[in-house]
Order: sequence, then structure tokens, then C-alpha cells
Amino acid sequence: MSFARETDHGTPPAVATGKTVTLTIDGQSVTLPEGTSIMRAASLLGGSIPKLCATDSVESFGSCRLCLVEVEGRNGYPASCTTPVAEGMVVRTQTDRLKQLRRGVMELYISDHPLDCLTCAANGDCELQDQAGAVGLRDVRYGYDGATNMGQAKDQSNPYFDFDPSKCIVCSRCVRACEEVQGTFALTIENKGFESKVSPSQGEDFLGSECVSCGACVQACPTASLIEKAVVETGTPDRAVVTTCAYCGVGCTFRAEMRGEELVRMVPWKDGKANRGHSCVKGRFAWGYARHRDRILNPMIRASVDDPWREVSWEEAIAHTASEFRRIQAKYGTRAIGGITSSRCTNEETFLVQKLIRQGFGNNNVDTCARVCHSPTGYGLKTTFGTSAGTQDFDSVMQSDVILVIGANPTDGHPVFASRMKRRLRQGAKLIVIDPRRTDLVKSPHVEAEHHLPLRPGTNVAMLTAMAHVIVTEKLCDEAFIRERCDWDEFADWADFVSQPARSPEAIEPLTGVDPREVRAAARLYATGGNGAIYYGLGVTEHSQGSSTVMAIANLAMATGNIGREGVGVNPLRGQNNVQGACDMGSFPHEFSGYRHVSDDTARGAFERAWGVTLDAEPGLRIPNMLDAATDGTFKGLFVQGEDILQSDPNTHHVAAGLAAMECVVVQDLFLNETANYAHVFLPGSTFLEKDGTFTNAERRIQRVRKVMAPLNGHADWEIVQLVANAMGLNWTYGHPSEIMDEIAALTPTFAGVHYDRLDAEGSLQWPANDAAPDGTPTMHVDGFVRGRGKFVVTDYVPTDERTGPRFPLLLTTGRILSHYNVGAQTRRTANTAWHPEDRLEIHPSDAENRGLKDGDWVTLRSRAGETTLRALITERVAPGVVYTTFHHPETQANVITTDYSDWATNCPEYKVTAVQVMASNGPSDWQQDYAEQARHSRRIAPLEAAE
Amino acid sequence: MSDENQVMSTGDRLIYMANQIARNLATQPDAEAATAEHIRAFWSGDMRARLVALAADRPDALSPVAAAALRRIAG
Repeated sequence: MSFARETDHGTPPAVATGKTVTLTIDGQSVTLPEGTSIMRAASLLGGSIPKLCATDSVESFGSCRLCLVEVEGRNGYPASCTTPVAEGMVVRTQTDRLKQLRRGVMELYISDHPLDCLTCAANGDCELQDQAGAVGLRDVRYGYDGATNMGQAKDQSNPYFDFDPSKCIVCSRCVRACEEVQGTFALTIENKGFESKVSPSQGEDFLGSECVSCGACVQACPTASLIEKAVVETGTPDRAVVTTCAYCGVGCTFRAEMRGEELVRMVPWKDGKANRGHSCVKGRFAWGYARHRDRILNPMIRASVDDPWREVSWEEAIAHTASEFRRIQAKYGTRAIGGITSSRCTNEETFLVQKLIRQGFGNNNVDTCARVCHSPTGYGLKTTFGTSAGTQDFDSVMQSDVILVIGANPTDGHPVFASRMKRRLRQGAKLIVIDPRRTDLVKSPHVEAEHHLPLRPGTNVAMLTAMAHVIVTEKLCDEAFIRERCDWDEFADWADFVSQPARSPEAIEPLTGVDPREVRAAARLYATGGNGAIYYGLGVTEHSQGSSTVMAIANLAMATGNIGREGVGVNPLRGQNNVQGACDMGSFPHEFSGYRHVSDDTARGAFERAWGVTLDAEPGLRIPNMLDAATDGTFKGLFVQGEDILQSDPNTHHVAAGLAAMECVVVQDLFLNETANYAHVFLPGSTFLEKDGTFTNAERRIQRVRKVMAPLNGHADWEIVQLVANAMGLNWTYGHPSEIMDEIAALTPTFAGVHYDRLDAEGSLQWPANDAAPDGTPTMHVDGFVRGRGKFVVTDYVPTDERTGPRFPLLLTTGRILSHYNVGAQTRRTANTAWHPEDRLEIHPSDAENRGLKDGDWVTLRSRAGETTLRALITERVAPGVVYTTFHHPETQANVITTDYSDWATNCPEYKVTAVQVMASNGPSDWQQDYAEQARHSRRIAPLEAAE
Repeated sequence: MSDENQVMSTGDRLIYMANQIARNLATQPDAEAATAEHIRAFWSGDMRARLVALAADRPDALSPVAAAALRRIAG
């Protein structure tokens, strides 16, 4: 793709009413939706009315007066951005009088703008420059001295963009983008007249303000007033490639704007159906890790983890890997090795890893990082609805009337979707938040939850069952929906169960700690408030009853008829970029791609015929089972692609013991991560910028990942897996990831219609995409559930065995923060550390006072599993008795604290409930110091021997 | 679990997991069958075999539902 700016129609599309009007613009007749602006109409006709304050990402403003037009029969010169088209209207966009007026306006702008175009970073990419040309400006009668702001200092505090007040034309596009697109309201115009200027928050600099660095303001700025530092340093891009972000499960698409082989900036793609032209700080700016000095670019091996690494050729590394795996199998048995696929890698790479294990290793010992996040979603939604996937697309939220968010913090974890959700809330939708913490959604500018139910961690099932109690006993169910779509007898059993007095909000208050009146009010609102949509995250799944909670959510949606149309549904917010895809691709040890059990003879037979081997009909080992088997001496070899189980999985001591017990651990990653401390082979990986493939986001949307630069390590990840497979004798011959997708489509009924040519032509497809749904499926279960009739499942509350007591009186819950992603392997290697240089422990003021703690003090955090130290952040975001931290930094290793307890159905760890004690500390624990030394020792790379 | 810093042995964990499954499926119409089916569907053959052996050695370790489910699996 060559470089061309995306077309800016000036104003957003009209809200659809189904009506159209016909008008004439500059002699051309056009029929358009009612409500379209004249500016947009002219643009759609191929013209362009001069503009400065208008851009189609925000509502029209009508301040710059450059877009004036003449309308026959009307007095004056209306602004085309704020004037809607009308039936029979005759518009002229270019007349002598309009030229004169526009030049006059432009003269005023230029009289107060520095004319340093040749040295300006936006030279050639500046709308002010373009518009001066468009209106034919040749002179400025007022001189160039204006009351410019040229003396004002630039605000360069933000690590990714600069703000130069002297170049600001006070068009307010940035302010409106912050309000309308991002929903943060961090910017304002302060002062008046020539003194007017953009100001973040209360006169603070950008870094210290409420600004979340989403980049919407930079994107909206028509000049170089807000501009990426990368453009300042590198120059403007000369080509662009559309690709998909490798951070969270929203799956934003971006134009990777390049100058040669160098990435200049990532600009959110307006046609992206997941992000609709918006971005967050991670996707927009935090891609510098791709060229970070810590990247390992050469394969390495070592006999023992006590040895330094030795750089070797790809041939030697691959041969050694295959040889070791075959040696282990010969000695300990076929099932003594396994592998882990990555939710950060592409569908094609994930498919190949599970194929390597099933076809090459000859067993089903494959698992994925979804084990520790959304495996309960797979179990719960497959049981109740028939398939493991969210029911809606992201656009659906704009049709919701009541939004219930449980166990999710989308403003931090899924910020681009959160912006969309907040936009809907500002339009009047009601919000219910069920979360132990007072997350930003509970109250932020122009958004406030109708009900916040701050339940005690671990009581989700009791809470949701109490809401069901209210809905059933107050006869708020949608009986017609249930009779038509669900199994009535199962509903009746469930209704009897939830109706029992022991399930009432009053009865469960001692468990949840939530005012029963609030629970009743929230339940009534969800059941009767119109379209009710549920969004949930890891605060639902990462519990000993994670799967039960997912099923309890599904029960609520079915009972109220909130399934099968826009605006409703059950929506898991996936953590990593390709969690959905990794699960779809057969990464679990019990099922093939498309969620078909390995014991299913028909499905297994199809794979056996395609791959020419007999496949194991027995489920394999999950990650925790592999680690247990390793400590028992029966599991000896592990292939880990793009995953850092030592940092991300619970009970670090146990993970370390399992890894240490293995004879061959192969890590394929960008960096020497924590797991690599226990590895014997390191295969350098490639970033999402360096390979082709697809990711599938949380709305089941399959999108292309496109290579924008050559892999620094020499191979895309799928090529490396193919090298290993062939070294093990499998004879794979893939020449391009599109061929892998063709195989996926041939073997996976829900992907049957997914091919690269269609993805390239249509931008994306939401599975199922097959003969029954040729254009994909934005909304699931429209005419019936995938499993036939929706299944109500009785979900009895079973308390976790992790209990507080005198020694461990507080409950720890963990999560993540906006600026970091998962274990931080990528974001810690970017300037995002400016916002979050370390993990902190959030603790309520009363709990802090009881312990004599001040904000910023070092504290020891201790559980039955282990202890670490970190600094305290005293805040009322957490309730008394609850503490919270993130797991982004290996120096903290929050998972030293978390325990082995896990979801009963899937073994998803119970990260969200750990009994702990907190006490003052003087600094890092002995364990942290020992670990730091061990990590340093393990990461040694032997110097290359001099050539003879 | 006590307040001691300890990790369950694999055997203890298998028993714990089986009991946990049985406890969460206790409200199903046929809890024994549901528990047996769950273990068949999601546990490896080696894990099932080991649990059967553990149950023989430690007959009181499993809850009645889990023990009955295991008899179905072993049978």
C-alpha cells in the first residue's frame, strides 16, 4: 500500500432514520440520508469544502468559518459542517464571494501562526498548510506578528507526543476528540481571544494530567501543535500498511505508517470495525519494544540452566530441539512432552503449534494461556449456549439500554471498547457495576453507575443467584423467550432453586457484604430496563467458581430474553489479543479447532485423514497438570511459544519447581523472559510487525496481521514451528500463512468461509463464516442457540477454600493497568513505564492506618504460598479488607503470592482471591533478591568463540 | 488448607479436584454421572488411572459423589 491519507468527510455519518433527501451540489444531484451535513455530502461527491475545525471523528462545531457555502434561497453563508442537507436544496461551494470570505478567515489564522513550515515536523502533512493553498491565500494584510503564542514553551512531558501552543489554531478538535471519542474530558480551552490555548486538566502538563494518551487529540490536530515525537524525530511517513494491534482482545486495526523499513507511527484505521478509528496508549504508541535492545535475535542452547547461553545457528538449534524431544519420548514415553500455544501469536501459528503436538508429539498435551484467563468462558458458554464465544459485536453496545459490567475494568483492560461504552452511557444507557473495586467506570466525567455492587471477592455466584432470585420471584422473566428458545424443564428447576429464600439478596448479604436493596434494584433494572447487555472479564473467570459464574451470567441473560439481537448478550472481554483465536484453533488438550472433543470420532477422523497419522483420542494435560507431572518425574519436555508461565501463572514456586524438573524446556519468545530462566533452548520470535497472519478478537472478528518489516530474527514464528516440525519428520510445506488458514478452513466448520482473499476484500469476518453464514455472524444465537435449546444450569454457591484468618486477614485481588499489558514483557520495554514504573499494592486507608503505613511505604505482602514486597498505594478504590495489585513487573512477582486453587471445571487459577497479610517492610524480600540474582545468572550469554 | 506454606502433592491435588468437581455438580440431576462425565471429558487417561489407584489406597479421601463417579469411570 502506498501512502495516502484516509479521506476525511468532515462530519460523521448521519444517525440512520431510513429517510433520504435529494439535493444539488455544484450542479451535481445526490441522494443521501437525512441529517447528513452539506460538508459530508460534498465530500461524498468527491469534492472538498475547505475546513479546519471539522473532522469526521467528532461532531461538527462550526467555529472556523472556513467551510461557508451558498444555499439558493437562503440568506447569508451557512457553515457547511453544521447545515444538514434538505430536499431540493441547491448548494454552491465555490463562488467569488466564498473565495473572498475564506481568504479573509485564513488571513486571520495565518496572522497568528508561526510560518516555519520548512522546519515544521508536519510540513506536507498539515491541514492549515493545505487549506491556505486551497483558499488561494497569497498575502496576509494584518502582518505576521499577531499576538502569537510563539514565546510559550512546548509541553514535551508526554513520552509519545509534544504540544506546541504556538502552532495551535484553537479549533478545539483535540478537546472534542478527548470528550467524544475517548470520553476522558482531560482537555479544555483556557482563556479567551489571543490568550486562548489548549490546556490539559487544571493547567497541568500532559503527563501529569488526566490524559490517558490515547492519541485521539494528536490524530485530530490539523497542525503540528499536537504531534508524535516519532514524526518529529523521523519525518513524515511515505507508505502505510493496515494491520491489527497485538495488545488486548479489542483487536484495533491500525495503519502502520512507515518510512522505508522504519515504523514512524501507528494510526488507528477509521474503517476498522472493532475500533472505528480509535486507539489506546498501548496500540497507538507502545510498539517500541519491537526494536528494543533486549530482543534476542539468535537461537541459543545450553545443556543446563546453570550454564550460560550459547548462540548457535538456526540449523543447530532446531536439530537440537527435535533431537531432545525425541530422546525424551524414547526414554520416558510419548506423553512425556507437550507444549503451550500463545494468545499473542497468530491463529496460524497457534494452529501449527497444536498440530505439531498432536501430529508430531503424538499426544494432546497442548494448552494455552487461556487456561489462566478465559477457559471458564469456554466451559460455561459452551454448556449453556453451545459454543465458546461472546454473542455480540462491539457496535452492539450502542443499542444497549442497560449495561452490566461484572469483574471487568474496561477503561484499563479494554480501553477502546470502554470509550464506546462510555459514549453510550453518556447518551443515557444505565450502568450496573459488580466489582470489589470502585473502578473508573463507577464514576468518571459524565458517567456514573446507577448501581455499584462492591461485593466481597469470591462471591460472584451468590450475587448473580440473588439477582436471579429477584427476577424470578418478582416475575420479571421473559417467559415467551424462555418457552420458545430454552429447555423449559431445566428453567423450572433453576427457577425453583433460585427462588429459595436462602438465595435472596437479604440472605446472602453476610457473604457478599452488599446492601440487598441495591441488589434488588440492580436486578430489576437489568430485567426491565430495555436491552440488557452483560460484559465481563477475569474478575468472573479467575475464581474457584469461574465456570459457574459464567453459567450464572448466561442464566440471567436467558431468563430475561437478553440474547439473540443487537444491544443485548453475554460478552467476555478477552485479555490478550488472540485469546479467542487461540481457543478457536484447538489449543486446549481436550478439543480440536472449532471446539470439537478429541474423542469425537468424526472430527478426529477428519484430522487423521488430513495429517496422515492416528491421533490420540484421550484428553491431554493442562498446564497445571503438566507442572504436577513434571514434579512427579513423568513429564520432561515443554515447548512454550510466546508465553511466560513463570510470571503469569499462579504460585511461582510451584511453576519454577515444575520447570526445573524438566530436561528440555524450549522457549520461543522476543525476550529472555522469566520462563526462559529455566529453558534449555531459546528460539527468537518475531513481532506482529514482522509477519503475516490473523488475530481473532473478542467479538469473534478475524482480522489480518500484515508484515510491515522483515523479521529481525530472520524467521516469522510460523516458519520456526515448521522448521521444528520438519526436523521431527513431519514434512510440512507451508509457503505462506494463507495456506495454513486454508487448512484451518478445510478442517473447522465455523471457519469454512475464511480465506485471505475474503479478509483482504472485506476487512474482517466474524465466525461462524461458512455456507450457513457466508458473510459471518455479528450476533450469535439469533434464531436459536447453537446447542439447540438454551440450557439453564443450577449454580449453587460453593465458597472458595481460600479463607482469611488471623494470619492472613485481607483478601488480595489482582488485575492490570491501562499502560501495561499482561506480564509487561512488551510494555515494560516502552516509555509506558512513565505511568507505571512498578507494581503497587492498593490498600484502603483504614487498613493502612491499622498497620501504620503511609502512602509509598514498602510493605511485605504475604500469603500461604509466598511473600514479596512492593510499595503501598493508599486509596479508597478498594474496600476495607481488600487489597489489590498488578502483575506487570517481574521484580514484584505478584504470583509468588497467588495459590494453587483454581476453577472446579477448568483449573483456571483463582487469581482474584488470596488471603494475605500486609506489613511494613524495609525493601525487597530475600526471595526477591535471590530471584534477581538467579535471573541475572541464568541470562548470561557466553561470548562467541573467535573464528580460527 | 492450614496456615502453613505448602503445596499439595499431585495425588492430593487430584483428590481435591475430584471432590471439587463433585461438590460443584452436586445440584445436577445426576451428580454422579455428571462428575464421571466431566472427569472423562477433561482429564487425561493417566490422571484418571492415578485417581482410581489413589481411591483404592485412600477410600475415605473422596466424597461419596466423587467416589461413586470414580467407580463408574473404573468400571
